[in-house]
Amino acid sequence: MPGEEFHEWLRREGRIVIVGASLAGLTAAESLRAGGFAGSLTLIGDEPHEPYDRPPLSKAVLLGRASPEHTELPRRREIDAAWRLGVAATGLDMAAKRVRLADGEEVPYDRLLIATGVRARPWPKEEEARLDGVFVLRTRDDAVRLHRRMAAPPRRVFVVGAGFTGSEIASACRDRGIAVTVAERADGPLVGALGGVVGAVAAELHRDNGVDLRTGVMVTGLEGDTTGRVRAAHLSDGGVVETDVVVVSLGATRNTDWLAGSGLGAGPRGIACDAGCRAFDFRGIVTDDVFVAGDVARSPHPLFGYQFLSLEHWGNAVAQAEVAAHNMISASADRRPHLWVPAFWSSQFGVNIKSVGVPTMGEEIMITQGSLAERRFVGVYGHRGRVIAAVSFDNTRWLEFYQRQIETGAPFPVEYRTVDRRPEGRKPVPADFPDPSLPTHGPTVTLSGYSPADRRLVFTPARH
Amino acid sequence: MRLVVDLNKCQGYAQCAFLAPDVFTMHGEESLVYNPRAGTEQREKVARAVAACPVQAITVEGLREASDAG
Repeated sequence: MPGEEFHEWLRREGRIVIVGASLAGLTAAESLRAGGFAGSLTLIGDEPHEPYDRPPLSKAVLLGRASPEHTELPRRREIDAAWRLGVAATGLDMAAKRVRLADGEEVPYDRLLIATGVRARPWPKEEEARLDGVFVLRTRDDAVRLHRRMAAPPRRVFVVGAGFTGSEIASACRDRGIAVTVAERADGPLVGALGGVVGAVAAELHRDNGVDLRTGVMVTGLEGDTTGRVRAAHLSDGGVVETDVVVVSLGATRNTDWLAGSGLGAGPRGIACDAGCRAFDFRGIVTDDVFVAGDVARSPHPLFGYQFLSLEHWGNAVAQAEVAAHNMISASADRRPHLWVPAFWSSQFGVNIKSVGVPTMGEEIMITQGSLAERRFVGVYGHRGRVIAAVSFDNTRWLEFYQRQIETGAPFPVEYRTVDRRPEGRKPVPADFPDPSLPTHGPTVTLSGYSPADRRLVFTPARH
Repeated sequence: MRLVVDLNKCQGYAQCAFLAPDVFTMHGEESLVYNPRAGTEQREKVARAVAACPVQAITVEGLREASDAG
């Protein structure tokens, strides 16, 4: 068959180009080789560094227990690739099948994988963002700069935004005895990702650990001194906080600018793709030679109403890269769908916060184990009569069970008995997410797209 | 040696923190903090930690050379 012949040729001597040399890009490269791809492989990355892991940058590195320059990802196998590091991709010609690079070179491909991820959203006022002492934290270079300044140490760190990264930064400051103020537009930390019920617990965690937490306020401006160093942050309630280090943690923007005009279905919300990681073009027609994986992708998921999910999750980058790699070198009938159940973790103030499913879809939450007051609990989120997500504070071992509840569309409210169920967990309460039409930097899962139906379904995940 | 822990898998059993305390430490009851770059002198301890992890969450590059070298 011609299809099989083509894929045999592709595996033997095809040219695969991966744009994005981070977790998803490296994982895909390794999976391609593991899957028998013997052709030429090129990895393009805008940062000059070889693939490194980002989660430690806001955890072990800030705590002073690891070097920001040494979080490189371990290699699982030899990938025999041509590396183009420190050179950004600037354009894509889908008809000619070529990627344009910042240095003018063009790299031809037979199959392309886009894994360009996200970048930190900068402080919107450019002049203030340029003040000495104003940082974001996303890349290794960001971490090196912040790490150096934290060593001084600063008199006070001011964190804009109490999402996961902002909270982890605040936690590290307190661990090191550095005074820290956190300003958050919502009523509590993590509210965008986990809702107000859990956000209230997170707020207590901040305050009990000595964080000066200001909620329900916006930062209206950053003030510099005559030498161009940041001196203070101004708040919408009239408050002024003197500070010498500001960390802007306002979430991330998808790296799709370089695809403008390419004809690919790429925009600020990411690149739409099908369940097999094939990118859509702007007409909504699926391509067969351009694939996407990781934070930049948004793909439909049957468990969540076929909505397109954008996930800024470490585990998703790995799982989606593996599926994309497999599908890139496989004929149609052998392809696999990417049906990973969203999962993430955060470590802050000595508490392990983990989640499965899509909490932001939850209308209600019930505490099925432990207690909010003890900050050791499992909260289950319900969406239209079924379990849609779960969050744990220092109770991770139960999450696997709840993942199965999500996968099988188990009914909500949770009727069955659970270990360590308390009276407070008998009734669901509103999960208290902010109005989704308001901009928020909080969620690490973004839902988009049209859900034609919301039937209860039984879901059997792929076991390969 | 480079290492990474899949913290989705990690369930805080703390075997690694017990076996290679210079690389893995617990932050609170079940939260793991680790150094992604471990010195070669840690090789044997890290190998034990990798083997002992009940959920096999630790990936290390450069461990095999250790066993080859004896």
